This record gives sequence, structure tokens and C-alpha cells, in this order.
Amino acid sequence: MELHNHGQSAVAEAHTHDHHHDEHEHHEDGFIRKYIFSEDHKTIAKQFLILGLMWAFMGGAMSVIFRLQLGFPDFNLEWLRPILGTWINETGKLEQEKYLALVTMHGTIMVFFVLTAGLSGTFSNFLIPLQVGARDMASGFMNMLSFWFFFLASVVMFTSLFLETGPASGGWVIYPPLSALPEAVPGSGAGMTYWLISMALFIVSSLLGGINYITTVINMRTKGLSFARLPLTIWAFFLTAIIGLLSFPVLFAAALLLIFDRSMGTSFFLSDIYIGGKALHHQGGSAILFQHLFWFLGHPEVYIVLLPALGITSEIIATNARKPIFGYRAMVGSMIGIGVLSFIVWAHHMFVTGMNPFLGTIFMLLTLIIAVPSAVKAFNYITTLWKGNIIFTPAMLFSIGLVSLFISGGVTGIVLGNNALDIQLHDTYFVVAHFHLVMGSASFFGMMAGVYHWFPKMFGRMMDDKLGYVHFWLTFIGVYLVFFPMHYIGIAGFPRRYYSFSTFDFGKSYADLNMFISAAAIITFSAQALFAFNFVYSIFRGRLAPLNPWDSNTLEWTTPRVPGHGNWPGAIPTVHRWPYDYSKPDADKDGFTDFIPQHIPFSQTPNSNFEHENDLIAKQEGKKNSGDNEHKHH
Amino acid sequence: MKVNKLNPPTNNTISQENKGVALSMHPRKFALWLFIVSITMMFAALTSAYIVKFTEGQPLVFDIPIMFWITSVVIIVSSLTMHLAYTAAKKNNTKNIKMFMTITSVLGVIFLVGQWYAWAELVQAGVFFAGSKSAPTGSFIYVFSGVHGIHIISGLVFLLITLRLAFQNKINSEKTSVIEMCATYWHFLDILWIYLFVFLLLNH
Ligand code: HEM
Ligand SMILES: [Cu+2]
Repeated sequence: MELHNHGQSAVAEAHTHDHHHDEHEHHEDGFIRKYIFSEDHKTIAKQFLILGLMWAFMGGAMSVIFRLQLGFPDFNLEWLRPILGTWINETGKLEQEKYLALVTMHGTIMVFFVLTAGLSGTFSNFLIPLQVGARDMASGFMNMLSFWFFFLASVVMFTSLFLETGPASGGWVIYPPLSALPEAVPGSGAGMTYWLISMALFIVSSLLGGINYITTVINMRTKGLSFARLPLTIWAFFLTAIIGLLSFPVLFAAALLLIFDRSMGTSFFLSDIYIGGKALHHQGGSAILFQHLFWFLGHPEVYIVLLPALGITSEIIATNARKPIFGYRAMVGSMIGIGVLSFIVWAHHMFVTGMNPFLGTIFMLLTLIIAVPSAVKAFNYITTLWKGNIIFTPAMLFSIGLVSLFISGGVTGIVLGNNALDIQLHDTYFVVAHFHLVMGSASFFGMMAGVYHWFPKMFGRMMDDKLGYVHFWLTFIGVYLVFFPMHYIGIAGFPRRYYSFSTFDFGKSYADLNMFISAAAIITFSAQALFAFNFVYSIFRGRLAPLNPWDSNTLEWTTPRVPGHGNWPGAIPTVHRWPYDYSKPDADKDGFTDFIPQHIPFSQTPNSNFEHENDLIAKQEGKKNSGDNEHKHH
Repeated sequence: MKVNKLNPPTNNTISQENKGVALSMHPRKFALWLFIVSITMMFAALTSAYIVKFTEGQPLVFDIPIMFWITSVVIIVSSLTMHLAYTAAKKNNTKNIKMFMTITSVLGVIFLVGQWYAWAELVQAGVFFAGSKSAPTGSFIYVFSGVHGIHIISGLVFLLITLRLAFQNKINSEKTSVIEMCATYWHFLDILWIYLFVFLLLNH
């Protein structure tokens, strides 16, 4: 009995300490409680998704502007003045400082707001309770707070765009001294302060979210859902949340020290600095120390961004290849491996900071080891697809696209991971190409795949397939056209974060390629309008979704078309098998087609059961007689 | 027999029927532990940053304020009284719950005041937080004790909430979860401080 009360009070107590065991009445949710300050995980997920997508379009638009500058340096941008105002100077060119501001904002927005909050926030929130068979998150209140902290972070970051001195401009990695000295560049002043406030709020948001995700996965799984039967999506969200819990506090510590340096005159990251010929009082600090702290978060962060996308992909590929995922255990193992390794490779971002070459070699070895679990995952996706009965839904295409991007971007990671090679390649467009393929595009594809796949469950309607196909092909070809040529530009030595190359002789050599990239970027970005239209239109006018549109096995498809508060109107289904019983031999003899959902007991499928599954029934029968312990771990 | 058949939920109750393989821990207690993990990571980052600073270049050599010894004793004692309050709760001894909770809270405040005097001692000794006469290693002491102090304030808030429940007689052997969480958090803050203190003793 104890058990039952816990969940209830977890939700109820969160509101007030005085009503410990009161029922949680939610009869007449007003508009505000239902759509704005909602504690329902599905609503919160949609809030994360919509805010995340809005940021994605903002971040994308920024990249178009700076690509215009890079590809067409002589182009007159006067027509952008209505939007950009004084960011366009008298000669109709983008202000140089504002170029840096745009790059910085683009990176921050994409990495944190779109691919962390928009991706984890959306799908962890939406899928964890639905796929583990819980009525909501462990604490709906904390979950709601998590979104509103993200919202506040968004407001602060957005406001910083309108500051007279512009937003932060020192790159998304905010290295000191640019970030530590308010007088360094215009964006180092108020813009940087806003950035730090915004990110502090953001860290609080992701910690609140992450604590909830972990608690829910561990404590609230339905009967029969052992860890060995968890869908890979949940494994991915779970591990992502753990990585976030361990790494975001470190960023917080770094930000704290930076704030002290900025506004209280400490010297943690500063030493021997002259501004305008005048020496500053700061002595004894070290900018490299900041890099260590930053990348201790920064590298895990790239996996925080990628793992959920990989989890989503596993689910979608197995479902649409109509095959069990190949190497379930290897998939889980490699995610754990990646998670652990991600904490001990951070210095590969710092090979050229003058670190001891011996230390660099150690980090090189550790870095290259990550290629092993990564390759395991790539091979498993391919083997799952191999000879599958593939159904090319838009979600499936985006998932396969992710696998492709993950491989082509991962390969260059191995190049960069060699400290000797990195001396040449560091801070060039080669790095930009690497991480835009492996992290940016791959995770974005995972997000798109997730939206196309779970849209029916989110909004009860289907998105349009044809538009989805066009969207996929334009985006897929587009990102390759944008990022592939950047490798050559990088190898040729073009540094990243340069406003213009036209003043250097060597820069002229690739002017045409830069133009090409910019054109491709504009087309790719424009193609996203198809998605925006499809998304908004389908919410209101899409075809009504069937209950299980993709013939999928996981629990969310046992809910009503639009699940209400509490997800299942009746009892929560019990789980009896893993989620990947696709195309099981002899399933037809049991009356199933090519999939057997997780809530179907083995006793209903005597013909298709494998031997060990029959043993399981026998064991359960035995246990039933000796008490109701049957649902203990096996 | 089957749990899920007993209590078919309606659309508006969130209950936890049908749990099989779950941990036996209360989700909120579990969440508290996760919160503790994240605080630990933050201090791990700060102290390793200190080590990096300390081992490179010429670190500022300084004396540990005498006051830190005193506050350390105070916080250890407060942990003991916290534990006594918790055992009193388990034994349903309301009088002792109130008494020991009050003592713990008072000791918590004394600890904070002590930390403030320790800072004064540091300033006297010429170890500054900021400004041209400061050095990173010295500033770190302020950061350690300051950030820890902020957490102590949050712990005090938690203590006061629990204290209020105690005076409303809402804590007894049936309802120990709040005081148990409060104790967990307070002991953690105690251990965290002792860690920081020993860390400073070893590296100054
Ligand atoms: C085979 C696995 C991988 C290896 C060996 C690898 C290696 C590296 C190295 C050595 C760098 C530093 C380059 C430099 O700045 O000079 C780098 C940068 C980067 N990598 Fe990877 N990487 C791998 C996979 C990934 C994955 C999976 C992601 C993201 C999901 C990722 C995201 C990034 C990002 C964002 C940067 C650049 C950060 C910046 O400087 O702004 N990498 N990678
Ligand atoms: Cu990295």
C-alpha cells in the first residue's frame, strides 16, 4: 500500500505542504492551468517543442545573415535594416562586431536552446511517462518550473539582442578574457551579463528537468518494465539526464567564477592584461583554467545533444524496418560507454593551448576510444536496416539521414582527435564542418524524426507525408552541400569566426566555394518553411490520427488518440516483453501481424514465443502460486 | 492480487498503481539525492580548479582562520542534534523533535555568523576576495565558504519549514519523510563543509 501513496503525494505535495494526502483535483482545468502553467508532461513537452522550434528559426535566420556576409561580402544589406537596425552600417554592410555577436548567439541558441531544451525537453517530457507507463512525471510541479526557467532564460537571451552594445560576442564557448572584461568588446558588457544570467537560468531548468527524468525512469516504471525491457529512447533520455546532472553544475561553477571576475574584481581567469596600454590589476589567474571547466561540461554537452537523437532514431528505425533493433544490449552498452568516456576527453578541445604534449597524447587516446562505441551504434543501425521491410515514412528518412550524418561527421572527429593533426585544423572551418554534421545536423535530424513520428500522439493528427518527403530531401541534400565543402576550406587554413576573408590573398581562392555554401544554406533554411507550414497546418487541419499509425510496440500507442491527464483512462498496461518484437516468426499463428506490442503477455502468443520466453511463462506460473511476487526483476 | 486492478484511476487522479520494478525509495527523496549529486559536482569543479591554480605558479600561502575550526565543530554538533531530532521523530517524541530541531537551526545560524567572522579574520590577515591585492587561491576560500554558505541558507530554510511542521505536530513516527529529507540535506551540508575544510588544510 505504501507504494500507492507515494506517487500521489509526490504530485500533490509539490503544491503545498499542508495537503499531504489530499486527492489531486484537476476537474475543471482553466485555460491557464491547462495550456500555460500546466503540470501535465505532455503539455510541457509541447511548450518545450514550440519554444525550441521558434528558437531554431531564429538561430537559422542568424546563420543566413552571417552566411550572406561570408559568401557575398560586397552585397548590400541595406534591405535588412528594418530588422537589424544599426547592425547594418552606413555602407549597407553588417557591422563587424555584430557579425561576431550573430555567430555567438547562433551557437548558443542552437546548442542550448534548440538541441538541449528543444530536443531533450520535448521528447524526454513527452515520452518518458508514456513509454514507461506512468501517469505523469515524478513531480509535475518541478517539471513545470523547468519549462518556466527555460522560458525566463529565453526572455533574457532574447532581450540581450536589443541591447545597444549588442549581445555577447565572444563565441558560444565564452572564453575569457573577452567574456571576463566588460570593456573588451562591445558585447562583453551588458550582453555578456545577460548571457550569464540567461545560462544560469537555463542550467537550473535543465537540472530540474533532469532530476525529474531520472527519478521517473527509476521509480515509476509500470509493472514488468525492467531496465532490460526499456525502449532505447528511454535509455537515451535517462543517460542524457545523468550526464547533464553531472556536467551542468560544472558549467555553473565556471560561470560563477566568471561573474566574480567580471563584476567583483577577482582574478580567477585573468592575468597580465593591458587595455589601451594600461595594465589591469588582475594577476595570477589563468584563462586556460576556464577552458578546462568549460569543456568539462562542453564535451558531455555534445552528447547531451546527440544521445536523445540517437535514442529516437533507434526506436524509429526498428519500427519502420519492421525488425528488432540489432544488438539491443550493445546499443545500451555503447551509450553507457559514450557517457562515461565523454567525461574524460574534454582536453581534445585544448590541444593547442600549450598543454604538455604527453598529456595531449593521453587525451588523444581516450578521444579515439570514443570512436569504438560510436561505430558500434552506427553498425547496429545499418544492420537493423539490412534486409528490413523498410517503410519510408518521413520520420524514417530523417532517422536514416541521422545515421548518415553521424558517420560522415564522426569520421572527421577521428581526424581531429589526433593531436598532431589538430594543430593544423584547430579553429578552422574543418572543425565547423565536423560538429555541424555530427552534432548540429545529426541531432536536428533526430529532432525532426521525433516530431514526424510522435506528432500523431502529440496532437492527435497526422502531418502531411508528401511535404515531409520534400522537406527531408531538400534538408538532407542541403546540409551536405553546406557542410561538406567546409572541410576543404578548413584544410586550406581558413579560420572560423572571421568576418571576412577578402582582405587576404589566400582568402580569394575560395570565394566561389564560400558563395556556393551560402547559397546552399539559404535554400536549406528556406526549405524549413515547408516544415513550419506542415507543422502548424497539421495541428489544426491534419488528418485524424489512427491509434497506432506506425504499428509500433511501445506503450504510448495504447493510449487514446489524444491522451488526457493521467494518460490512460483505465488501468496502466502491464509490460510483458521488450519493445522490439517486430516480424517475429509465427506471430501470425497467434493472430498478430508483424508486431507484438509490449503489453501482450507471452501466454497469448504461444506459437511465436522463443524457448526462453516459454520458460518465463512457466516460471511466472510457478511464482503466482507462491504469492504475488511475480513482478520482481528477472 | 494484481495491483492495477484494485484502484482503477479516473482521468484526474495521478496515482501510482501498477508499479512493479521500481525502487522502494520515495521519488522526492530520490530527487533530493540527485540534487545533492549536482551540488557535489559543482564543488568538485571548484576544488579541482583550486588545485590547478595551487599547483601552478606561486600560490598565495595563507593561514587557515582559527574560526574555521570553531565553525567546523559547530556544524558537526548541529548534525548530531539533527540526528537526535530525527530519532525523536521515529520514537514519536514530539517534545524532543521540537527541541532538537530548534537547537539545530540555532547552530546553523551560529555557523553562518562564524563563517562571517572567519572572513573578517582573512581580511585581517591580508587575504582578500577581490581587488589588486587579491590572488586566485585566496579568492577561492571565499568562494568555497560563500557558496557553501548559500547552501547553508537553503538548508536553514528547509530546517525552518520542518520546524514549523514540528510545532504544528505534523511530524511523528508515521510521517517522517520530511524530517528525514531535511536530515539528509543537513548532514550533506555538514560533510560538504568538512570536506572543504580538510581540503583547505591540506592545500594552503
Ligand atoms: C568519433 C567521435 C568524435 C571525435 C573523435 C571527436 C573529436 C573532436 C575534436 C578533437 C574536436 C576539437 C577540434 C578542435 O577544436 O580543434 C572536436 C570538436 C567538436 N566536436 Fe567532436 N568528436 C567526435 C564526435 C563528436 C560528436 C558525436 C559530437 C556531437 C554530438 C561532437 C561535437 C563536437 C563539437 C560541437 C566540437 C566543436 C566545439 C567548438 O569548438 O565550438 N563531436 N571533436
Ligand atoms: Cu569534444
